[in-house]
Amino acid sequence: MTSAQREQANDRSAVRAARPGRTRRSARGAAWAVVAWIAGLLFFLPVLWMVLTGFKREVDAASNPPSWVFTPVLDGYRQVFDRDITPYLLNSLMASVLSTLLVLLLATPAAYALSIRPVAKWRDVLFFFISTKMLPAVAALLPIYLLVKELGMLDNIWTMVILYTSMNLPLAVWMMRSFLLEVPSALIEAAAMDGASLTVTIRRILLPIVAPGLAATALICFIFSWNEFFFAVNLTATRAGTSPIFLVGFITSEGLFLARLCAAATIVSLPVVLAGWIAQKQLVRGLSMGAVK
Amino acid sequence: MTQTIATGAGTTPHRNRTTHPARPGAAQRWTRRAPLLPALIFAIVVTQIPFLVTLYLSTLDWNALRPGRRVFVGLANYGQVLTDARLRAALLNTVVLTAGSVIASVLLGLGLAILLDRKFPGRGVVRTLLITPFLVMPMAAALLWKHAIYNPAYGLINGIVGGSTDWVSQYPMLSVVTTLVWQWTPFMMLIILAGLQGQSLETLEAARVDGAGPWQTFTRITLPYLRPYLELGALLGSIYLVQTFDAVFTITQGGPGTATTNLPYEIYLTTFRKFEYGEAAAAGVVVVIGTIVVATFALRVISSLFRMEDAR
Repeated sequence: MTSAQREQANDRSAVRAARPGRTRRSARGAAWAVVAWIAGLLFFLPVLWMVLTGFKREVDAASNPPSWVFTPVLDGYRQVFDRDITPYLLNSLMASVLSTLLVLLLATPAAYALSIRPVAKWRDVLFFFISTKMLPAVAALLPIYLLVKELGMLDNIWTMVILYTSMNLPLAVWMMRSFLLEVPSALIEAAAMDGASLTVTIRRILLPIVAPGLAATALICFIFSWNEFFFAVNLTATRAGTSPIFLVGFITSEGLFLARLCAAATIVSLPVVLAGWIAQKQLVRGLSMGAVK
Repeated sequence: MTQTIATGAGTTPHRNRTTHPARPGAAQRWTRRAPLLPALIFAIVVTQIPFLVTLYLSTLDWNALRPGRRVFVGLANYGQVLTDARLRAALLNTVVLTAGSVIASVLLGLGLAILLDRKFPGRGVVRTLLITPFLVMPMAAALLWKHAIYNPAYGLINGIVGGSTDWVSQYPMLSVVTTLVWQWTPFMMLIILAGLQGQSLETLEAARVDGAGPWQTFTRITLPYLRPYLELGALLGSIYLVQTFDAVFTITQGGPGTATTNLPYEIYLTTFRKFEYGEAAAAGVVVVIGTIVVATFALRVISSLFRMEDAR
């Protein structure tokens, strides 16, 4: 969204308010506001329920009718850490952060070669990247599994780093390209006129402008790697298992497990939820691969 | 691209010296390609080689439980796969699951985006609440819905509405789709909301002055204007949802019977439960061919949506 459009969006309610029949309109506006709040709360309810249940005792968590008022306890969380969730969290962190860095290192120069100083067949290259995203992961699972097994790389975090990099690379190339296209060409030409070298141009002109774009791209790559399950469940076990693998391990145990499960689910979801809340603006552009601004 | 020279020729002194400004020399072409190559080579190695291997494996009669027997059988696996009732069921389930989730989440997302397009107290908070389901880890969401919400004895739904309906076994497909819709509606809402907020205020005012009612304005002006955003949301949603694995794996394990087994889950079963490597590979190739057919269409949509501006 351009700043002009944003202003326009903000002005819209002002225009509405200035219309005749103001009281009737504002009553209707209040009604819609209530509807919006109800919708928001309804969508949030399962998340709220997850967080609440995580603080219950197992007996309360499995009560019927559900208990909304209870004395919060940390039993669930204590059990999650007793079962040693930490290595799984660290594995997830390592796979996500390393693959995100690798993606940015590969995608940013590639996006440069597809936007500012484009190669001859930039269009074809761009579509090649997006087409790899459309190919179903399941069709590649067997050869990847056999290859990784052959190389002795099963249950190895570096395998996951490589796979997550290839999973996010097309998204990152498209996103970074859309950000680089926004750099005014006059600016780059002026720098060249002044005799600035390529590294100076990149450091002094390109990087400051695309820094928010890099952040948005990193966020999206981080989210998708952190949440990935399909490759993780088939290629890792105890040593390189990531956090969703830890979650699955919980439900095979006997007896009541709901409070523990919700505590663990809250912990593993927290990093992405917080990151997404903080970076709401970048989220839209990132999710649409740069198409929606 | 040649445009670069055409537009930049007057401003970049050294380029004026080249005799054929429209055709950069070999050296220049390679300096242009250099930044692209690492990413391109990486993508080709990691994504294309496995498919070539899949192609090879699909011609073998190879069950990992019968060691030492890897016989070349030509296209026999394909015959097996194409006549397999399980795979046909999986294909149908994939279509139902993907289409159901995409359509429902686009419609809900549209409704929510319209609600959030107007100013009201706490709009930022409501927006934050609404995007949260998308941020919850899909595996966590699947486990949450299965055990804390659908469970017949102590699940939230039966806790609120009463009764002892076993939601997952009575409505397996609906249970999976509901979970996916809950997660993907925020995604659709964000994209459609961005579209709504970019809509020109003058057009809306003009329509009002011309005497158009709110409903007319919506169907005649807003909806056609939103079309590319709706298509984009549906397209991106389909790319992800067609590969749904976590929700099926967790909530129904593809059951009861094959009621919710989609293609990813079916191929997963063939590979790691039956160890029929040859058949799994053939099924993979069939899925890839199907995807290419659908993707050719999808790529056309993408290229019109992204309004592929000519690079400078």
